[in-house]
Amino acid sequence: MTEQTYAPGTYPDLPPPSDTVGPVHWLKANLFSSPVNSIVTLVAIYLLYLALPSAFNWLLIDATYVGETRKDCAPGGACMAFIGERFNLFVYGFYPAELRWRVNLAAILLVVAGAAVLWDKMPARKHIMKFAMIYPLIGAWLLSGGLFGLEYVGTHLFGGLMLTLTIGVTGIVFSLPLGILLALGRQSKLPIIKYFCIGFIEFIRGVPLITLLFVASTMLSYFLPPGTTFDLLLRVLIMVTLFASAYMAEVIRGGLQALPKGQLEAANSLGLNYSQAMRLIILPQALKISIPGIVNTFIGLYKDSTLVIVIGLLDPLGIGRASVADSAWLGLSTEVYLFVAVFFFISCFGMARYSLYLENKLNTGHKR
Amino acid sequence: MKLINKVLTGVALTAMTATAAQASTLEDVRAADELKCIVTTGLAGFAAPDANGRWEGFDADFCRAVAAAVLGDGDKVQFVPTTGKTRFTMLNSGEGDILFRNTTETLSRDADLKLSFLPVNFYDGQGFMVPASLGVSSATELDGASVCIQTGTTTELNLADYFRTNGISYEPVPIETNEEGFTNYVAGRCDVYTTDASGLASTRAKFDDPTQHVVLPEIISKEPLGGAVRHGDDEWFDIGKWVVNALINAEEMGVTQANAMNLAANVGNNPSINRLVGSEGNMGEMLGLDAKWAARAIAQGGNYGEIYERNVGPNTPLQIERGLNALWNKGGVLYAAPIR
Repeated sequence: MTEQTYAPGTYPDLPPPSDTVGPVHWLKANLFSSPVNSIVTLVAIYLLYLALPSAFNWLLIDATYVGETRKDCAPGGACMAFIGERFNLFVYGFYPAELRWRVNLAAILLVVAGAAVLWDKMPARKHIMKFAMIYPLIGAWLLSGGLFGLEYVGTHLFGGLMLTLTIGVTGIVFSLPLGILLALGRQSKLPIIKYFCIGFIEFIRGVPLITLLFVASTMLSYFLPPGTTFDLLLRVLIMVTLFASAYMAEVIRGGLQALPKGQLEAANSLGLNYSQAMRLIILPQALKISIPGIVNTFIGLYKDSTLVIVIGLLDPLGIGRASVADSAWLGLSTEVYLFVAVFFFISCFGMARYSLYLENKLNTGHKR
Repeated sequence: MKLINKVLTGVALTAMTATAAQASTLEDVRAADELKCIVTTGLAGFAAPDANGRWEGFDADFCRAVAAAVLGDGDKVQFVPTTGKTRFTMLNSGEGDILFRNTTETLSRDADLKLSFLPVNFYDGQGFMVPASLGVSSATELDGASVCIQTGTTTELNLADYFRTNGISYEPVPIETNEEGFTNYVAGRCDVYTTDASGLASTRAKFDDPTQHVVLPEIISKEPLGGAVRHGDDEWFDIGKWVVNALINAEEMGVTQANAMNLAANVGNNPSINRLVGSEGNMGEMLGLDAKWAARAIAQGGNYGEIYERNVGPNTPLQIERGLNALWNKGGVLYAAPIR
């Protein structure tokens, strides 16, 4: 038997022992590692066996995908023809059909701007970032028009997916900087700023969003001078942004407090002034720590946008609720709610995954 | 939540007196060239958007009729969808000009919430629906049942009254919308679903097999449904009132969607019709409108009978017979004041 020798550092990795790899081992380790786990696995498989085939049949095999009224739908299966017929309503709400290209264009530009902001390997990122900075104005102009030759579209016609995205994106984009300012203001040594920020945060957090929306929609007209009309959606956007920024401030304050005091002292001893210290030392670290909380707030804000139904705006859920009342399509609430749930799941899951990606990218080894 | 809504409504109402002194609703509507009409967020047959986002239904047609009378174009309506709880606040705060939201006229809403109700356009009454398998044939046998009930509605109060009067107990399952009630009822979270008979009809139409569910014979309340406007603007109230009356009178006189404009163009030999469609007299002028106001309202969606048949009548999925909602000379109670 010859003894194989290797130079230092070149010793090849040996394959793992045969009983620690392969599907059988995976099953053993993950599904049947103990008697209790084995029982749980078997019960779970049985439940899936009960639920999956019928759900599968309902959604795919017995389902009807084309039709004019409910009568065209086969009984016992999902009536997806309904969703198909109303898909445009779900996406654009009541936006005039001939102007929907504006919504599409705004969405494409949003993807471009969003990619530059969210993805640091984007080609020509520097230039697109400049565009992303002014995107909110461009988006608002495209959607509601009224300037430079675009026909005005009242915001009461906004609805469905585009309404959710409008509220979600506006809230997210504006609540983060506002939240940072509030968080810093709360730690300020200047009493007026400090107590203003504390008062604002505590007031907003102490009131349910639905109440703020209600105030925005019905009470504001009493406080404003008579005759002034203030766009309803704009009021909602302001309220949602303020609401989210109060929560954001607390999330970021948590991040700030997690930093050792030495960081700020070190920055001061290097001669950095307040804004430099914050911009270069404190916030990059604090925001990184806060990412899960920030995204959490975003997801909450996004889902809270369904509350706009109380002020007469119809988001996908509202459109869905209104749609099930169409006399030609009575009794299809399951399909509608499923569709809306899938839509929200995709959006929120996407945000959660992005947050995870960002955490991993910024991971500097402090993570436990 | 409920408390907050109550407080908000209260504040809204006190603040309302301050806004009442503003320009008249008619001027506002004309200036905006759009009628803001408060409807439900979706009730089959009464108001719901179709696939193109156009609101359809009994209530929506009344909105369009008013818009046609006032603005000359029935499509100049901005529909404001509201829930049962927000509808009156929206009306009182000026987010809507008129309300057609299958709303029951009651004293407290009229006096306390400061609404003025237009003539009743749909006579309804609260009923019960139970699964046939429950084997119940009368509401008095419902002791201990769980009941799905829409909060913030008169049905909630009627239910409490009815069960108290009959000395039987029940367990309320509060829900927000008709749709939610249906879902809960189907899922078996409540034994009984109660709402207006029209709502029960539309709910029953949703089942794959409607025969498995019975609507109990008891109608426990009077639910006269009608439009409403804010207190304090009598001219605007008159317009709403007479548009509804005109549509009912039109059915009685045989003025239809098809012939209304023709009748308006020529002076016929029936003076009542002439006055209605504006070929004679100055009825429109008295309301602050033009002569053809009623003709346009009728031409928009038809007379009362046509609106009824198209949206909720026996040939629609809802299959609600005219019943009380027939004209007074055809066995119903619709009796509109004359236009003269």
